[in-house]
Amino acid sequence: MEIFGIPHQAFLGQLMLGLVNGAFYAMLSLGLAVIFGLLDVVNFAHGALYMVGAFAAWIMLDSWGINYWWALVLAPLMVGILGVVIERLMLKRLYGLDPLYGLLLTFGLSLILEGAFRRQYGVSGQSYNVPELLSGATNLGFMVLPNYRAWVVFASITVCLATWFLIERTRLGAYLRAGTENAKLVQAFGVNVPLMVTLTYGAGAALAGLAGVLAAPIIQVTPLMGSNLIIVVFAVVVIGGMGSILGSVLTGLGLGVVEGFTRVFYPEASNIVVFVIMAIVLVLRPAGLFGKEA
Amino acid sequence: MKMKTLAAALALGFAAAGALAQAQTGPVRIGFITDMSSLYADIDGPAGAEMIKWAIDDYGGKVLNRPIELLTADHQNKADVAASKAREWIDSQNLSMLLGGTSSGTALAVAGVAKEKKRPYIVIGAGSSRLTNDDCSPYTIHYAYDTVALAKVGGSALVKAGAKKWYFLTADYAFGHSLEADATKVVKENGGSVVGSVRHPLNASDFSSFLLQAQGSKADILALANAGGDTINAMKAAKEFGITKTMKVAGLLVFINDVHSVGLANAEGLQLADSWYWNQDDDSRKFAKRFFDKYKRMPSSLQAADYSAATNYLKAVQKVGTTDADKVMAELKSMKYNDFYQKNGSVRADGRMLHDMFLFQVKSAKDSSTPWDYYKLVAKVPGEQAFTTVAESKCSLLKK
Amino acid sequence: MSLPSTSIAADIPSTQTTKAAPADPQSTGMAKSVRVVYLALLVLALIAPLIGLYPVFVMKLLCFALFACAFNLLLGFTGLLSFGHAAFFGFAAYVTGWLIKVQGWSPELGILAGVVVAALLGLVFGLVAIRRQGIYFAMITLALSQMVFFICLQAPFTGGEDGLQGVPRGKLFGLVPLMDDTVMYYVVLAIFVACFLGILRVVTSPFGQVLKMIRENEPRAISLGYEVDRYKLLAFVLSAGLAGLAGSLKTVVMKFATLTDVHWTMSGEVILMSLLGGVGTFFGPVVGSGIVIALQDTLADKVGEWVTVIIGVIFVVCVLAFRKGVVGELIAWRERRKARG
Repeated sequence: MEIFGIPHQAFLGQLMLGLVNGAFYAMLSLGLAVIFGLLDVVNFAHGALYMVGAFAAWIMLDSWGINYWWALVLAPLMVGILGVVIERLMLKRLYGLDPLYGLLLTFGLSLILEGAFRRQYGVSGQSYNVPELLSGATNLGFMVLPNYRAWVVFASITVCLATWFLIERTRLGAYLRAGTENAKLVQAFGVNVPLMVTLTYGAGAALAGLAGVLAAPIIQVTPLMGSNLIIVVFAVVVIGGMGSILGSVLTGLGLGVVEGFTRVFYPEASNIVVFVIMAIVLVLRPAGLFGKEA
Repeated sequence: MKMKTLAAALALGFAAAGALAQAQTGPVRIGFITDMSSLYADIDGPAGAEMIKWAIDDYGGKVLNRPIELLTADHQNKADVAASKAREWIDSQNLSMLLGGTSSGTALAVAGVAKEKKRPYIVIGAGSSRLTNDDCSPYTIHYAYDTVALAKVGGSALVKAGAKKWYFLTADYAFGHSLEADATKVVKENGGSVVGSVRHPLNASDFSSFLLQAQGSKADILALANAGGDTINAMKAAKEFGITKTMKVAGLLVFINDVHSVGLANAEGLQLADSWYWNQDDDSRKFAKRFFDKYKRMPSSLQAADYSAATNYLKAVQKVGTTDADKVMAELKSMKYNDFYQKNGSVRADGRMLHDMFLFQVKSAKDSSTPWDYYKLVAKVPGEQAFTTVAESKCSLLKK
Repeated sequence: MSLPSTSIAADIPSTQTTKAAPADPQSTGMAKSVRVVYLALLVLALIAPLIGLYPVFVMKLLCFALFACAFNLLLGFTGLLSFGHAAFFGFAAYVTGWLIKVQGWSPELGILAGVVVAALLGLVFGLVAIRRQGIYFAMITLALSQMVFFICLQAPFTGGEDGLQGVPRGKLFGLVPLMDDTVMYYVVLAIFVACFLGILRVVTSPFGQVLKMIRENEPRAISLGYEVDRYKLLAFVLSAGLAGLAGSLKTVVMKFATLTDVHWTMSGEVILMSLLGGVGTFFGPVVGSGIVIALQDTLADKVGEWVTVIIGVIFVVCVLAFRKGVVGELIAWRERRKARG
C-alpha cells in the first residue's frame, strides 16, 4: 500500500521513530519548562545533564556491573544531586540579575561538562546494551520495531504525565506554582521558597538525567549527545510556549512526529523543519502555541 | 634610534624572506596530522604517530647529520584545523614534509597547502581517489589504499557473489562520496544496478531512520560507504532492525579494528579489501608482535603504512642529500619499495602508489584459532589493476 | 516572572564616552589616557610583522576582534543578546569564499558581497526575533542560526563537511596581489581600524544614544515616541553586516570557510570574547578576543580537550564574579581612583 507515493512501511516506520524522538523532546522540554517557570533560568546545561545521566548509566554498567534497571533510579538521582550543587553554589548568586546571565552561566557549565567527558572518553561513543527484558523486536508488519523503543515511548509519556500531575494537581505543585507568581508572599506563609527552588532545579536535572538513561541503549553514549539535542529542544520550547506543562509535552511529541513525517518525503529538510515551524509560529503567535502572553 | 629600528627591520625582513625557502640546517621536521580522538582514532591515531616515531628511531634518529623531529596534531576531522596546522608548521617551524592521517576532507585541504608551499605530502589514512585524480598534485603521494581500489577489489567481489541491486549508506563527506561514486561505477560495469542511496552525517549517533529508508528500497545489498565508528554502528543497528534478514550488509572499508569491535559472529563471511594484514608473512608478524606488545591489539594496515612511509621518506632524503621537495619527490617516484608492508611497490607520476591489494574474507569463530586471527586470503590483485588506470585518470601529471 | 532585573550591560559605567577632556571641545569624548593607549596599540600593530609575530595569527586575531566588536554593538550598546551570530560570520565566509574561488571575483567585491548577504540575513533574523524579548530573543537567534548551519551542511556549494578549501587571495582591486602574508596583514589592519573607528562613531552618535536608552529603559524610550523596534532592527542589521565582514575577511586570510564558522559554538565563543573583555566597552571585545584566540592557539596542542573545559570555566567565573570583564574592571578601577583622589 502506498501513502502519498511512499510505501506504507517506510511511512509508518519513520513516524514511529519520530514518536520515539518526540518522547525525548517532550521529556527534556518539560524539564526546561519547569526550571524556567520557577527559576527564570534557561538551563543551557540541560543537554549536558542529559549526557551525564547517560554516561552515569554506562559507567555503572561498565565498571561496577550495575544494570539498567538500577541505573534508571540511580543515574537521575546522581544528576539531581549535581543539579542541586550547581544551583546552590552558582545559580543562587544570579537571582535578581538579568536572566541572560543564567543562560550564559549554564552555557559555561555545559562546556565544562562536555569538555571533561570528551577529554576522558573521546568523541566516538560507547555502546550500551539493551537490557535483556526489553531486547528483541516485534514485527509490526510495517516495520520491525525494537521492543526497547516502544518502552522508551511508554516510559517517557508516563513520566511526563506524572510530572504534570504533580505540578498541577498536588499541594506541592500548588506551592511551586504560587512561588513562581509571588515568592515573597509564599515565603511569608511559611513555605521555604529557596529550598523549593533548589529542589526544583535538582528535579529538572534529574528528569534530564533520566532521559539520558533511556537514550543510552538507542544512541551512542557520547559527550556530544546533549549539545546535538538541546538546540532543537529550545526551539520546541519556544514553539510550545513556556506557559503550560502539558503544552510542552504535546509540542515535543508532535514535533518529533512531524520530523519523522518530513524524513519520509524530504529527508534533508528533517533537520531544519522544527526551526522553520518555530519561525512560522513566532510570526503568527509570538507567545507560542500554548503560551500565555506575558 | 630610527636607524637602529630601520636596520633591525631590514634584517628581520631578510630573515623572513630567507625562511620562506626551506632552510637546509636544523632538524628535519616531519608533521603528522590525523584524527587522534574521534571515530578514526583506533585505525590510525596516536598509535600511527608512535609508528612514525619507531621508524625514525629505527632509522637512527638522524638523516644527513640532522636530527629528525616529529610534530603531531589532532585535526578532529576538521579540514580547517588540519590546513591551519600544516600552514603554521611550514611557515614557522621549517617543516620538511607531511604525513597524512584519516579523513579525506582534511587530506584534500592539506594537499592544497602542500602544493602551495611545495612540501611532500604522503597521504596514508585518507581514501578519496580524488587525491591522485581530479585533485592531483606534484607533491602528493597516496600511499596505502584508495576508494577506487576498495571498489574494484571489494566491490566487484560482492557483485560477482550475487549482489545485483545496491543501496548505499554513505558518510556525507569527501571520502563517502568518492567511495560511493567509485563503487557505483564498478557495480554498473559488472552488471549490477544502484536502486538508491542515503547520506548520513559523519559520526552519526543513530542510524535507524537511514536504515528504514534502505529497507524500503528492496535492494539485495546495503553497502556501507563509511568507515570506522560509523561502519560499526551501522552494522549493529542493521542487526537490531532486522535488516540483515532481508539484505546483505557489507562495509566497503573495514579495518581489522572494526572486525574486532563488531565481533566475528556479526562479521563472519564479510569480504573486504585491504593493503596489508598482520598475519600475511613473517616480516609482518614480527612488526605486528612489536605493536601488540605495546598496545595489546594488532596493527591496522594504516599503522603499518605509517612506519613504512616514514622509513622510505628518510631513505629518499638520504639518497638525494637534501630535503628539497622537488628532488625528494623525484626520488620517491623512481625508487622501488620493498619492506614488510609491500613488495615491489612504486609511485606513479600522479602520486598514486601501486602495490598489491588483497581481498580477504572474515573467518568464522570456529575457524579462528588465535586472537586476531580473523582473515583468510581470497585473492591478490596487482596494483595496475586495483587502482585507477592511466586511461581512466583525469590527472594532468599523467598526460605527457 | 517579574523580578526587577539588572540589564546585562548596565554593570558597565557609561562614563567611558561622556567624560570629555574639558579643554578640548573637539574630542570624540575619550579621556586622554585612553587615546594614548589606543595610539600605542596602533603602533604595535603597525610594526607587528617586523618584530616577528606570525602574521597569519595576528590577522586571525583581528578578524575575530572585529567579530566581537560587531557582536558587542548589539549586546553592549543595544542590550540584545544574540546567540546566533555565527550564522552571519560563517555564511558570509562561505559566500565570499565561493564567489572568489568559483566565480573568480576579486577579493574586495567578494568581501563586499559577503557583508551584504550577512546584513540581509540579519534583516530576516531580526524581523523574526525582534518580536520577543530577552531570553526568547536569544533562543530564537540560536534556533535560526542552527537552521543556517544545516543549510550550509547540505548545500553543495559549501562542500559540507569538507569545507570550501583553497580560496585564492587574489588581487585587491585587481592591482595589489595579496598572496604575501605581510601585504594581506596591512590590508586587514586598515579595514579593522576603519571599522573600529566606525563603531565608535555610531555609538557616540544620536543613533547610538537612542540605542543606549533602549538598553537602559525600553518603556521610557517608547513613551518618548521612539520606534524602538526599528532601532533594534537597524542595530541588528548593522551588527550582522559587520560580523559578515569579519567572516569574509577571515576567508580571504585563511583561504577556507568551513562548518566550524557557522556552528553554534562559534556564537558562544564570540559571546565569551565580549563578556571576558567587557560588554559595553569599546576595547573590551578586542581584548577578549585576543585572550580567547591566544589561549586556544597555545593550549590546543598541549592540553587538547581541556581547552573546552577552560573556556567553560572562564565563562562561569566571568558570569559569577567578573561581569564587567577586563576592560570594564579597568575602567571601574580608574573611576574609583578618580573618586578617591
